[in-house]
Amino acid sequence: MTGDGVRLLAPDGTRVPHPEHSIDLSPEELRSLYRDMALARRFDAEGVTLQRQGELGLWPSLLGQEAAQVGSVRALRDDDHAFPSYREHAVALGRGMDPLALLRLFRGVDHGDWDPAEHRFHLYTLVIGSQTLHATGYALGLAKDGSESAVVAYFGDGATAQGDVSEAFNFAAVYGAPVVFFCQNNQWAISESNERQTRVPLHQRARGFGFPGVRVDGNDVLACLAVTRWALERARRGEGPTLIEAFTYRMGAHTTSDDPSRYRDAAEVESWRAKDPLLRLERLLRAEGASDDAFFAATEAAGEELAARVREGVRSMAAPGVHELFDHVYAEPHALVDEERAAFDVYRAAFVQEG
Amino acid sequence: MTGTTSTPAGPERTTLVAALNAALRAALAEDPRTLLMGEDIGRLGGVFRVTDGLQKDFGEGRVMDTPLAESGIVGTAIGLALSGYRPVVEIQFDGFVFPAYDQIVTQLAKMHARSRGKVRLPVVIRIPYGGGIGAVEHHSESPEALFAHVAGLRVMSPATPSDAYWMLREAIRSDDPVVFLEPKRRYYEKGEVDRRPAARPGPPRARVVREGTDLTLVAYGPMVATCLNAAAVAAEEGHELEVIDLRSISPIDFDAVDRSVRRTGRLVVAHEAPVFFGAGAEIAARITERCFYHLEAPVLRVGGFHTPYPPSRLEDEYLPGLDRVLDAVDRALAA
Ligand SMILES: Cc1ncc(C[n+]2csc(CCOP(=O)(O)OP(=O)(O)O)c2C)c(N)n1
Ligand SMILES: [Mg+2]
Repeated sequence: MTGDGVRLLAPDGTRVPHPEHSIDLSPEELRSLYRDMALARRFDAEGVTLQRQGELGLWPSLLGQEAAQVGSVRALRDDDHAFPSYREHAVALGRGMDPLALLRLFRGVDHGDWDPAEHRFHLYTLVIGSQTLHATGYALGLAKDGSESAVVAYFGDGATAQGDVSEAFNFAAVYGAPVVFFCQNNQWAISESNERQTRVPLHQRARGFGFPGVRVDGNDVLACLAVTRWALERARRGEGPTLIEAFTYRMGAHTTSDDPSRYRDAAEVESWRAKDPLLRLERLLRAEGASDDAFFAATEAAGEELAARVREGVRSMAAPGVHELFDHVYAEPHALVDEERAAFDVYRAAFVQEG
Repeated sequence: MTGTTSTPAGPERTTLVAALNAALRAALAEDPRTLLMGEDIGRLGGVFRVTDGLQKDFGEGRVMDTPLAESGIVGTAIGLALSGYRPVVEIQFDGFVFPAYDQIVTQLAKMHARSRGKVRLPVVIRIPYGGGIGAVEHHSESPEALFAHVAGLRVMSPATPSDAYWMLREAIRSDDPVVFLEPKRRYYEKGEVDRRPAARPGPPRARVVREGTDLTLVAYGPMVATCLNAAAVAAEEGHELEVIDLRSISPIDFDAVDRSVRRTGRLVVAHEAPVFFGAGAEIAARITERCFYHLEAPVLRVGGFHTPYPPSRLEDEYLPGLDRVLDAVDRALAA
């Protein structure tokens, strides 16, 4: 299976039948998928703006990947777990995360200090591929506990070149771990295109490890939801891991530090604009009479509200206290850290006195 | 097309990044067995543009964008070196070298000794390192001690554009593996570089960058400029500090430090890396062994804490800046 992969919704907004993966959603469910994508897009745009204004150090934009993220995260049950990389802002929102928690990381207030247990949304991971092993181990733990929860590991196309990711595939296969490997193939790893990372379509990798791999149209939120749901059910039934390759596109720069005009053609970006994930769902909603102008206006207003809340939250974010440096290095007291903290206090006190 | 390098008529003012680029260009032009490997080093020219234009001029066969896999980069560089090439690899950021740490420590560092000299691995591992750039996690670390502790590796770090040029040329020329640590927060600072062959200084030795009589301040890489600032401030208060730029962290030019300390009687070592088990600890121990009776104060170290590198809004507290260096200097002078 190559090409765009499993598709249930064409770019023109028409439904496409599929023999194995179909999905039956109510108009309300369709509207809520659209709404989540639209809010994620607006939130993401605000991240870029805040970085440009100097409020954030960096922002990795998810623009173009809304369907892959919203569709996949919608497939999770509340008790399932997501292990993200660093671009999974829509997954975070889908798990009920406070968007300001993400912004604290990119503002440099903390390293992303949320409690992974609270929303079953684990820590952002910047070292490429590492989290795929953690997700696998977590899934093994769940299985050992006799739990029916499952895990989704998020990573990119570039990450598939990393040894850790192959090791995760193999561990998951050997132990039959209830984990879904959700690869967002956005075609680029910073400036390197797929051909620098792989010579087979990525979903085909799974076969060599002994589990199924499926390519899905990553800009089709219905297909992403349907296929992830199917893979999670396999995991729950004890049938082991699945690799999903969501074929999508990074519409923006790698991060706000990047200049993609150095390495890719504007024409390529344009060709993907026609496959926009929001636009195609909007077309479907309108064609089937599930939404009218009022719905889209209300969604836009909700996006503006979210952006305003986030903007205000970032601007009024407290700076970290200096003791944060020392406070959580170890779970138990550590003499060296205690000594350094005390010396630091003496130093600062003297400094304050001197003015 | 093959690249060419023109020999300049005289010294030029360039950034540290441009000096590194010139060194790589010269090495590629001079020796067809020199190869560059790394993530995003081709079209993009590296995230810091150190390899800007080199793929265009020397081709994809010599300036290789690699898959995203550091262990793979270093492991295949070892193989290329075994087959007679001289790979210069770029690790994108300090915090991303660790997937390659196994290859570096268990293979790269040891093969020469294990083969009793039959195998040489002229591999250079370039790593932008250190903090102060407001970056996210894993982009600001100073892992030099983790390499200096490994026998078989040479470790060096330039502080100026001129040293960046000549030390990188030496690193590429060396038949030993070299971990070449580039002070990324100084990347865009300018300095004079004389690229004419006659200006070649030879293998890196410590250099006295400011003479003084009251205390020796030892640093390398990004902290040299900080220490020079500290010396300027101290001079206003009547203290003459001698500042030494080590340049090489393995080996360390202890003779140069020793000579200075015998005159000043006081030593402070500054680095961004954590003080605990850091380069400063080694220098303090050696110098205490060598010139105990010349010391008028304990050797002091100033550097990072025994904490992970903090979020960027705290990095000014973590990094040893001018004030922390001066505080250590004051304490050493008061003793
Ligand atoms: C181990 C490691 N090496 C290098 C990097 C630098 N880096 C950050 S993102 C990236 C590209 C990742 O590409 P991909 O996996 O496709 O994810 P995307 O950014 O496209 O979402 C690289 C090389 C890193 N973060 N970790
Ligand atoms: Mg990618």
